[in-house]
Amino acid sequence: MSHAIPYTVEARPDTGLNNVKLGIWLFLASEVMLFGALFAGYILLRVGNPEWPAGHSILNVPMATVNTVVLITSSVTMVMSWVSLLRKDLGKYRLYMGLTVVLGFVFLTIKYFEYSAKFHHHLYPSTNTFLAIYFTLTGLHMLHVIGGMAVNAYLWGPGSKMWHSAPEQFTNRVEASGLFWHFVDLVWIFLFPVLYLL
Amino acid sequence: MDTHDSASIDKHVRTYMMVFGSLLVLTLVTVGVSYLEHSVALGVAVALFIASIKAGLVASYFMHLITERKLILSVMALTVFFFFAVLLLPVLTQSNGIGS
Repeated sequence: MSHAIPYTVEARPDTGLNNVKLGIWLFLASEVMLFGALFAGYILLRVGNPEWPAGHSILNVPMATVNTVVLITSSVTMVMSWVSLLRKDLGKYRLYMGLTVVLGFVFLTIKYFEYSAKFHHHLYPSTNTFLAIYFTLTGLHMLHVIGGMAVNAYLWGPGSKMWHSAPEQFTNRVEASGLFWHFVDLVWIFLFPVLYLL
Repeated sequence: MDTHDSASIDKHVRTYMMVFGSLLVLTLVTVGVSYLEHSVALGVAVALFIASIKAGLVASYFMHLITERKLILSVMALTVFFFFAVLLLPVLTQSNGIGS
């Protein structure tokens, strides 16, 4: 009796999709609602405050702009790693996936310097409402970056052994991980103007 | 991606690079516009408009929503509807007549 997970490669007859694809999109739907609730919290706090500081008066816009470019670039390297598997080029896949992980590190390093500067100036989540929602939103986003990097690093390293035994299933895993990574990029695309520029 | 033949993959890679360039330009436009003198309402509208275009590009091309199956599009359409419903919840606080 086989205990293999079904529909990891072939499409289910009822959904027309493999379980990997449907699963990751349902997870991303729940993620949209998680960040949606926090964005609603941001709106409530901002509208309810008679005085709201301009983001650029407290936060470092040039650093965040560089981080935006870093994350967008990492989305491109991520999609290129998946394309490399479609071209059956494992070497290129490793290169692009490795670059994606490195760019994730660059993002976190820049964020570390940003956070350090705030703490150095005694600006904490408890200082005011703006900083409270800033640290909450960027902190949760940072956790997502770390989570995505962990999966990508696994797929770059030990997880890539699957390429030799089940290449299609491995390609699907990389696609699912890529969908999560692009979502993380997408969230930052909104966080950047909302927190830093408005 | 519908087909995985070499020519089709090359075409998609060219699209990815065009989207990449567009995202970089739109990022610079977002930052540039924020330095111009304008009202808060206009600033919010412009910034969110540009962010929505960028998000649309990422979702459509990098996440392949543009060629995705109807089931996933339906799930995401429902999610986006509830996302905006949640965003509008703070408006209800304005219509709360308790204590007034």
